[in-house]
Amino acid sequence: MLKVSIWRGVDEGEFIDYEVPMRANQTVLDIVTEVQRNQEPDLAYRFACRVGVCGSCAMTVNGRPRWTCRSHVNDVIDGDRLVLEPLRSHPRIRDLVVDLAPFFETWKGSGAVFKPSATRDDKPVKITADDPARKNADAGIECINCAVCYSACDVVSWDKNYLGPAALNRAWTLVNDAKHGERKETLNKALGDGGCGSCHSMGNCTRNCPVGLSPSAGIAGLKKFALRGLPKVEKP
Amino acid sequence: MANNRQSMRTHKSYFAFVGHRVSGLLLALFLPIHFLVLGLALEGADALNRFLAFSELPLVKAAEWGLVVLLAIHLLFGIRVLMLELTDWPNSADGRTAWIIPSVIAALLVGVIFLAQL
Repeated sequence: MLKVSIWRGVDEGEFIDYEVPMRANQTVLDIVTEVQRNQEPDLAYRFACRVGVCGSCAMTVNGRPRWTCRSHVNDVIDGDRLVLEPLRSHPRIRDLVVDLAPFFETWKGSGAVFKPSATRDDKPVKITADDPARKNADAGIECINCAVCYSACDVVSWDKNYLGPAALNRAWTLVNDAKHGERKETLNKALGDGGCGSCHSMGNCTRNCPVGLSPSAGIAGLKKFALRGLPKVEKP
Repeated sequence: MANNRQSMRTHKSYFAFVGHRVSGLLLALFLPIHFLVLGLALEGADALNRFLAFSELPLVKAAEWGLVVLLAIHLLFGIRVLMLELTDWPNSADGRTAWIIPSVIAALLVGVIFLAQL
């Protein structure tokens, strides 16, 4: 049997222990689902795709933020135990569910909202695959906003003004995007209060990103652009 | 039961972050003492000589060794941060983590050289 401790409650609460049969090829999400279906019907947790596309099943598993659908029990188990908690640094709703609204608000603070540089009447910007700025943007573009990096970052947990790795990674992709009409404004916001200057390069975001992205590289890149200026891109 | 959690902080770049910050803080604590001692020279040779005699005590020498190693660690980890933030990364996965352990070894070597000079 697998011993599972699950956080029940909101900010006040306790870990409740459950025993779940050990099976071949179990994911952590399978375990939570088994507990909810067979032992604790009112357990609150969140999931959607179950295959590592949506990111909504992210929780803290044995101390580290992970997508539970892509975490094989054998890879994350500590002895015969699993400890499941909600993601850190987000307001808690109940049990394993957190409110991601403040996380998405950080995007606005980092200037990470796309503004087109051209209209439908203009010719499309010509961007080649080997363009250095495009390569920079491509390196961070696959982020699905699961908030695992945000939860992993100690600076986020210490500094409520800090925008966090996901929003700054998004800003990094935009300042390198020839199609973005406000590259300078995005860079200025990313350099502002709570922006990339607050990052201490501890690398928790990069180490825990389930997609294998490196927000650390993007944040360091933003700092570099602050000194060197934005890279040249094709004009529409 | 919920106490057997793995740490998300047990990796090299986190170690470098803590090493850089802690060495910086300890060096910051050292600096005022350093300036106070230098200030003793203004009060005359006797005061400074008394401190210099005190600094020959083995425990003070050991602390001095620690100071030299901290300074070297802070310098080397600081160079890594400057490289991260001022130069292009070879690829986005390369946070120069390969520099961290050699930096610690180099700092300890500086400590060995300091000991050899005694």
